[in-house]
This record gives sequence, C-alpha cells and structure tokens, in this order.
Amino acid sequence: MRPFLALIERELKALFYSPVAYVVLGAFFLLTGLNFYSVVSAFSRGPAGVTLVEAYFNTIVFWFALLPVFPLLTMRLYAEEFRLGTWELLQTAPVRDWQIVLAKFLGVFCFYLLLWIPTTLYFAVFQWVTREDAAQALGAYGGSFLLILLMGAFFLSLGALCSALTSSQIVAWVTSFAVIVAVFFTGFLGYVVPNISQNLRDIVAYFSTAEHMYEFTRGLIDTRPLVYYLSLTVLLQFLTFLVLQSRRWRR
Amino acid sequence: MIEVEQLTKEYAGQAAVRGVSFKVGRGEIVGFLGPNGAGKSTTMRILACYLPATSGRARVAGFDVFEQSLEVRRRLGYLPENVPIPAELRVDEYLSYRAALRGLSGNRARARVAAAKEQCALGDVGRRIIGQLSKGYRQRVGLADALLHEPDLLILDEPTIGLDPEQIAQVRDLIRSLGERHTVLLSTHILPEVEAVCSRVIIIHRGRIAAQGTPAELTEQAHAATHIRIEAKPPAGAVDAAALLAALPGVEAVERVTGGAGEWRHFELRAAAGMDPREEVFRLASARGWTLREVSRRQPSLEEVFVRIIHSGEGEVNRES
Ligand SMILES: Nc1ncnc2c1ncn2[C@@H]1O[C@H](COP(=O)(O)OP(=O)(O)OP(=O)(O)O)[C@@H](O)[C@H]1O
Ligand SMILES: [Mg+2]
Repeated sequence: MRPFLALIERELKALFYSPVAYVVLGAFFLLTGLNFYSVVSAFSRGPAGVTLVEAYFNTIVFWFALLPVFPLLTMRLYAEEFRLGTWELLQTAPVRDWQIVLAKFLGVFCFYLLLWIPTTLYFAVFQWVTREDAAQALGAYGGSFLLILLMGAFFLSLGALCSALTSSQIVAWVTSFAVIVAVFFTGFLGYVVPNISQNLRDIVAYFSTAEHMYEFTRGLIDTRPLVYYLSLTVLLQFLTFLVLQSRRWRR
Repeated sequence: MIEVEQLTKEYAGQAAVRGVSFKVGRGEIVGFLGPNGAGKSTTMRILACYLPATSGRARVAGFDVFEQSLEVRRRLGYLPENVPIPAELRVDEYLSYRAALRGLSGNRARARVAAAKEQCALGDVGRRIIGQLSKGYRQRVGLADALLHEPDLLILDEPTIGLDPEQIAQVRDLIRSLGERHTVLLSTHILPEVEAVCSRVIIIHRGRIAAQGTPAELTEQAHAATHIRIEAKPPAGAVDAAALLAALPGVEAVERVTGGAGEWRHFELRAAAGMDPREEVFRLASARGWTLREVSRRQPSLEEVFVRIIHSGEGEVNRES
C-alpha cells in the first residue's frame, strides 16, 4: 500500500509542479465562470423554463471549456516519463505495472475533482441569493455530478492510453483530443446524417455524451450510461496496462 | 549473484549484445569495460529488468530477470546512464518517494534517506530542486537512490562520470566499501578506475565478451608484451649494439634506440611472451664492456591490454565461459 500511495502522491506533485495544471485550472474556472454568468443573466431577463443546473451543463461554452481539459491533464502521464527517461527508474523499482496505471489514473482523477469546486460553489451561491432551487430535485444534482465523474473517468482513461502510446506529449494531446471529440460528436450523428432511421438515431443517442448530460441534468438518471462509462473506463485502463506490459515483453 | 547465459539483444534486427555469458559472485566488484556502443548499458538494462532480452537467460540472486522481475527489482539498486531523475522535485522529496516505492516507511525510511545522503555527500542540498543541481550532484542523488534499500546487488552505469576528482575518489571509496556487503557491477571508460576498485573486469566489445578476469590475468591473457628498458654506454667503435640485443634469447624486437656509439643510449626491447631477458642483457653488457645505468622492466598497463584486446578482432582472446 505504501508504494501505491507514494505513486499517487508523486503524480499529484508532478501535476502541481507543472504550469499546465495552473493554466488549465485558471482557464477552466474563467470559462465556467463566464458560462455561469451568461446563464444567470439569461435567467434574470425572464422565466427560462429550465433549472440552473440544466442550463449550466448544456451550453456550448461548457463543452468547449471541458473537452480540451482531458487531454491537457493526461498528455504528460506516460509520454513525459518516456521522453525524460524517468520511466526507466520507475520500471526498475519494485512496483507492479497495474499499480502504476491505477496510481497515475487516480492522481489525475483527484486533480479533475478540483475542477468542480467552483461549479458547486456557483450553485450554492445561486441558491443562497435567489432562494430558488438550482436543480429540480436532489437527484438532478447528484446525477449531474455522478455523470461528470464517470464521463471524466472515461475521457481521462482515453487520454492516459494515448499518452502510453507515445513519447511526445503533443502527439498524446492531439490523438486523445481527436478521439475524445470523435466520441463526443458520434452522439450528434443522428442530427447530421440525413435519412437516418429512427432506430439508428436512438442507438446513437445511447452513446451521446451530450444526450446523457441533458437527461441527467433534468433528473432522469439512467443506469445504462453509467455502466457504459464505467465499463469503458475499466477496459481502457486494462488496455493501458497491456501497452505498458508489451514494453516489457517486446524482444 | 548474477548468472548470464547466452544473452542476446537485438534492436530492430541489429544485434547490440550477442551471446554474452558471465557470472558474478556475491561480494564481487566487477567492472564492465568497453568502447562506446559495445553493449554495456544494454546488458545492464536487461539485468535491471528494464529491457527484455531477445534470447538467452539472466538470473539475479537466483531469480530470472524476465519471469521473476519483481523479486529481482526488490534486491537491486540501479543507477541508469545519464541519471534520469525528475527535475521538479526536491532532493529530500525524491529520496523519500523512492524509499516509499521500496516499501520503506516511517523512521526506517527517514534513517535510510539520511544514511544514503550521508554516503553520497548530499547533506547540504536536501532542500534544493533537482533540476537546478549541477550534473555531479544529480549523479550523487541517483547513487543515493540506488543505495536507499541496501540492495544485495548494485548495477551502476558509469557512476563517476561528471564528478570532480575529489568526488571520484569518494565514490570509489564508497564502492569499495559497498563491496564488503553488496555485489557491484559497474561500467566505466576510465581504466584506472577499474584497477582501483574492481576485483574483476569484463571487457565487452561489439556485443561480445572479449576478455574477462582480474587485471593481472587479463594482462597475461592478452599476451601484451613486457618491455625492457635499457640505458647503456657501449664503448666507442663497438659493433652494432641494437643487433646484439635483438639476437638475445627472449627478445622479440628492439623497438626504439636513441643516441650513437660512445654516448649514453636508450634501448627499448619487447620481450617474448613469458620471458624476462634482463639477465641476458646484463651478461651481454659485461661481456662487451658496456657501462650499464638502467635495466628495467615495464609491465603492460590495463590500457595497453584493453587497446590490444579491442584491436585483436572480435573475441579472439578469450572464448571460455
Ligand atoms: N534504444 C535503442 N534502439 C536502437 N539501438 C540501440 C538502442 N540503444 C542502444 N542501441 C545500440 O546498441 C548498441 C549498444 O549500445 P549501448 O548503449 O549498450 O552501448 P554502451 O556500451 O553502453 O556504450 P557507451 O559507452 O557509449 O555508453 C549501440 O550500437 C547502440 O547504437
Ligand atoms: Mg552506456
């Protein structure tokens, strides 16, 4: 357990000692702040018919702010260690590869949690000032954040895998961003492709992250997306593990 | 402690190590010697469980480096070439992290970090950021890291490169003292270093073992010539002194002559393998009436042995084991 905790701590330190982390935090706080401001000012102009949580999580600004964050947080995970050679010292220490994979993921996931502190504060302030509920029910609240966490775990795992495949952070960023954007936009295929059958459109909607967010923020919590993100996260972590193992096997 | 059998490593079809076999016993300090690109680092990386071998086997403390790598890594302190340690951490932070990775915690971890820092003269840089240290200090941090868990085996890839002369001397002392309890395999280009600290040398060239043994054995194996230096004054009008010397039994050649008849002259003879012609030289001198000022024998240095082995082609000197 001690080596495992040390690995997580090291990962968090690596993040906090790099300017990337602060730039990401700063930019994300700024953009979500803007998002909050624009949503609230729209509210103040008249009754919106949607709750704050619903409006906040479903804007273009929100997704624009969020999607690039995943590759930015994960690009250095493995690529930097390969490039600098610190991987050699990590690989020759008595720790197992799955411990490394899990520790790196948990480290970056902890950092990801920090991103959401301002958002929860916004909602609390909103409720306190307006004495209105930010969401329809506690379920919409919890559901939204649960989705944020699981979707985050999935996208971060994707980024980690891309980072484990290269020794260039830039390549890791570009490939993981491309995949994340592709996954995200798959959900919109139903609207883009003409003459698509209703069945197919429904199937595509199952995989649509934006659709999930829309449902969850309205308090319609479905277990299927949760299972979807969770199982893909596990699969991607396993693939990352295999990629690292293959470095040990490659003769 | 280390058993290597027919180890081969290919990079993209190009062999870097070809069928290397050797053994290192517990408590030995063995030096890996060889020109650039000989395959020293590659072999050490395989032993440190970082690279898989293409074929062949390597065992450390009885554990296979490929199949039981975790067991090997527990017993191993490794200093890679170029010392890739994270630049953003402070020295103390880094060493405590590495101690934790080895499963050390609490007082034991603190004590080991302090001891390793002491051994590597890192006392006053604990709070410094590694990236801002000079190369020599980074090297010492890497060395301290390798010592943290008191490993049975130390694999040090060029441990003294980039150190100042005082530190080189200290690190050599350190390695010698480590040799009392640990086994050490180190690589180096510095021949005096090998003579100073190693009980045995393995010379590797183009991925093959060219020779191995104690420095003295190597000298013998390499058939490096013993040289005899003579300073003498043959009487004026004497017959050609060099020709007389060359005709002596046990003399292979007269390599260098200075001066002319009637003055002090230097001769340098190459003795035939295993022969010592100094007595013959003395008898010749007294028979011919030469005044002798010096007859001395110079053993070949490890340097000459090394150069000779490297240039004698690939692995012709030694094929045993
Ligand atoms: N990652 C790699 N990919 C391809 N070839 C490599 C790689 N690493 C080493 N080599 C090649 O393997 C051979 C042996 O290299 P190695 O680093 O083991 O030499 P060395 O004895 O440590 O040399 P030096 O004294 O310069 O450190 C060299 O020809 C080198 O070019
Ligand atoms: Mg080398």
